Amino acid sequence: MKIYLKIWRQKDATSKGKMVDYTLEGIEGDMSFLEMLDILNEELITKGEEPIEFDHDCREGICGTCSLQINGRPHGPDRFITACQLHMRSFKDGDTITIEPFRAKAFPVIKDLIVDRTAFDRIQQAGGYISVNTSGHTIDANTIPIEKENADDSFYAAACIGCGACVAACKNASAMLFTSAKVSQFALLPQGRVEATDRVLNMVRQMDIEGFGNCTNTGACEIECPKGISLENIARMNREYLSASLKG
Amino acid sequence: MGILESKVPKGPLADKWTQHKNDIDLVNPANKRNIDIIVVGTGLAGGSAAATLAELGYNVKTFCYQDSPRRAHSIAAQGGVNASKNYQGDGDSDYRLFYDTIKGGDYRSREANVYRLAEVSGNIIDQCVAQGVPFAREYGGLLDNRSFGGVLVSRTFYAKGQTGQQLLLGAYSAMNRQIQRGKIRSYTRHEMLDLVKIDGKARGIIARNLVTGEIERHSAHAVVIASGGYGNLFFLSTYCMGANVMAAWRTHRRGAFFANPCFTQIHPTCIPVSGEHQSKLTLMSESLRNDGRIWVPKKLEDAKAIREGKLKPTELKEEDRDYYLERRYPAFGNLVPRDVASRAAKERCDAGYGVNKTGEAVYLDFAAAITRYGTEKAYTSGIKDPDAATIKQLGEEIIEAKYGNLFQMYEKIVDQNPYKTPMMIYPAVHYTMGGLWVDYNLQTTVEGCYSIGESNFSDHGANRLGASALMQGLADGYFVLPYTIGDYLADDIRTGQIPTDSPEFDEAEKHVKDRINKLMSGKGLHSVDHYHKKLGKIMWDKCGMSRNEKDLKEAIKEIAALRKDFWENVKVTGEPDSKNQELEKAGRVADFLEIGELFAKDALERNESCGGHFREEYQTPEGEALRDDKNYKYVAAWEYKGEPKDAKLHKEDLAYEFIELKTRSYK
Repeated sequence: MKIYLKIWRQKDATSKGKMVDYTLEGIEGDMSFLEMLDILNEELITKGEEPIEFDHDCREGICGTCSLQINGRPHGPDRFITACQLHMRSFKDGDTITIEPFRAKAFPVIKDLIVDRTAFDRIQQAGGYISVNTSGHTIDANTIPIEKENADDSFYAAACIGCGACVAACKNASAMLFTSAKVSQFALLPQGRVEATDRVLNMVRQMDIEGFGNCTNTGACEIECPKGISLENIARMNREYLSASLKG
Repeated sequence: MGILESKVPKGPLADKWTQHKNDIDLVNPANKRNIDIIVVGTGLAGGSAAATLAELGYNVKTFCYQDSPRRAHSIAAQGGVNASKNYQGDGDSDYRLFYDTIKGGDYRSREANVYRLAEVSGNIIDQCVAQGVPFAREYGGLLDNRSFGGVLVSRTFYAKGQTGQQLLLGAYSAMNRQIQRGKIRSYTRHEMLDLVKIDGKARGIIARNLVTGEIERHSAHAVVIASGGYGNLFFLSTYCMGANVMAAWRTHRRGAFFANPCFTQIHPTCIPVSGEHQSKLTLMSESLRNDGRIWVPKKLEDAKAIREGKLKPTELKEEDRDYYLERRYPAFGNLVPRDVASRAAKERCDAGYGVNKTGEAVYLDFAAAITRYGTEKAYTSGIKDPDAATIKQLGEEIIEAKYGNLFQMYEKIVDQNPYKTPMMIYPAVHYTMGGLWVDYNLQTTVEGCYSIGESNFSDHGANRLGASALMQGLADGYFVLPYTIGDYLADDIRTGQIPTDSPEFDEAEKHVKDRINKLMSGKGLHSVDHYHKKLGKIMWDKCGMSRNEKDLKEAIKEIAALRKDFWENVKVTGEPDSKNQELEKAGRVADFLEIGELFAKDALERNESCGGHFREEYQTPEGEALRDDKNYKYVAAWEYKGEPKDAKLHKEDLAYEFIELKTRSYK
């Protein structure tokens, strides 16, 4: 296949960026999208140019590092996958592909396609935990039975990989899906109820401080989430927030 | 042994750890506030250690190359975590977990360490549940278990195919709590480039800020290396792209012995290589072997027809299939340990029975499990005479609930539906049992420098059992190191903060900067990946699933020559004082080019076959590994002496006081 690429290049956080055109030939369908970028980078290095920097690590869709906006969509055209799981068989000979970093005020560009997502870490630090000591001397794991349905729903919320696709998909760059996934994971478990009030208030406050936008229920986040995190989590967080505010 | 003092406490096996905890020195809570600890790596081991140490009151600094501590490759562990809870009432106990692990490791690990691991395993589950880790549960609300290879009980706890992710997020949440309290300072996008020693003790590190390129000095009273394994030296592996040996190798160069570098795990069930462009391999969890049956065609002509696309696997009759693991190992069947399963796959493919284009793949088939589950589900749903289609549909739903995410991953990569046609799998590099030598306290041969998780050598011998890496990482980080490090730090309560303007820091920083400059000034003939791929090919061909003297000797020469070529001719684009992924890769590959040679040297020196180390010269007539306990019942710990060829071997004899050495059999 012959592929035409338009890729965002930006030297560092303070420089101005621009789209640059590249052409690649001999691309096969079995190549992953990132392997296609590897090939482009090898060509650039051979020519003595600086390769395109992009974040990636596990290349199996679980670490949440890759963060490419491909043809205007976070992680590209397929559903329920990350950019590293996307394969070139999703494109055809002669296609033009645009690649940009995830765009949000709270995710400033570091270089080329790499963005700074430490805002997500700070939201987690504001309350995304249960305050138990790590001594191991807690009660036996089977002391509290948990309804399977709740345990499963908690797992589905906890499956969030923190990639930021929800923010990049949202016209308001809202982090509600991300934040609500963590709030929900704990809200659904008896262990998590103990601190539920403070948790939701603190995490939502931090989310606002970081400059993420508000939720207007368009649902783009759910469509683009590689792990299929449901909008129900946002509804749950809103309920948690309301009742916490009344208590607080 | 002198220099290699394992410090295993005396006394009965089951009392050693408790006795040791009673005997070692403690640091009082007020004094802990005056002590700094650096933790390099924030996977399960580093993350759990950092959180626990901070909670105890120490000041902790963590370093990871990723953009967040949540992303370390522990996150990719799929199948589960072992613990001897015996919730299933199937005869499990600390002793049985200990015994399975020693046997699984082919009697090349330290008894006392492994027993301690089994002893604290139950605590891990209690701890994780308290933290809100959403493990799989049964309808009664209690925790569910599954089975893994090499054992006859169900002791593996899991969260679908994402157990590592959930456990790591648990450790990350515990870290976040301490970051919020100001007890952990988290340095992300930072890489440790050297260890700083003062008066023989580890007192800090030199790190590079990967965003700005700045070289930074960080001091502490102790340094903990939790930087994972070195399997990426094979280029293609199931490791993440950034996984590297730099922190451990730099520590080795500063005096920490490196143990059993040739002990590498080749995992039997990975998605096969599809072409030259391939950048990494993807694991399909061992848990799939609970329900999947592994086979190749019985007849060579059928295998050929399948490879040429003239025959479909589903068209092959039952009697024309060779379920070779069930045939060779009736007692354990498809759940033999990983090293055994990998070699058996290679044996069949080498004999010409491989089933994909390259001839390097076998089938992992779920058709029987789909029928079995579907039939059961039909009955429990009150369907008396279910037809085949109903059974298939119900069975597929159950398989999806158990392994849905793995099946989806497979389909995305291979473009085939594994519910309809068997998966194709082949072995790939997955884990390294070797690592920094540590004593019972997890201290390396450098005073004040500790190593935990995959980066140390301690618990898995020559082969790791499935679901034991998560167990070991968390055991080391939550429950072992936080105790043992206090014994060392008790002497440091009056030391005060370690200054970073000493000659030792100056020397280490200069060393790091010189090395970077040297990397940047190669002649520019070939890219970093060019060298990495070449190294990987040498390793896979000559130091992979089976090894022999001739190949290993060649590998040693070829790697040394490649290393020389690399330093003269490598091309690193960009600048050292800014974000530069090529420079990051170059530093890592430079270290792989050293450890690769030591790896081959270690494999050559070990004239026996054990676990994942299979020397063709040493095998039984049936092709099983032939151990030599008389001459090789030791840990090979290598001391750095300049070039890898000059590394000096020290031996720690493995005394088996409590279990009898036996030939491992899974038949």
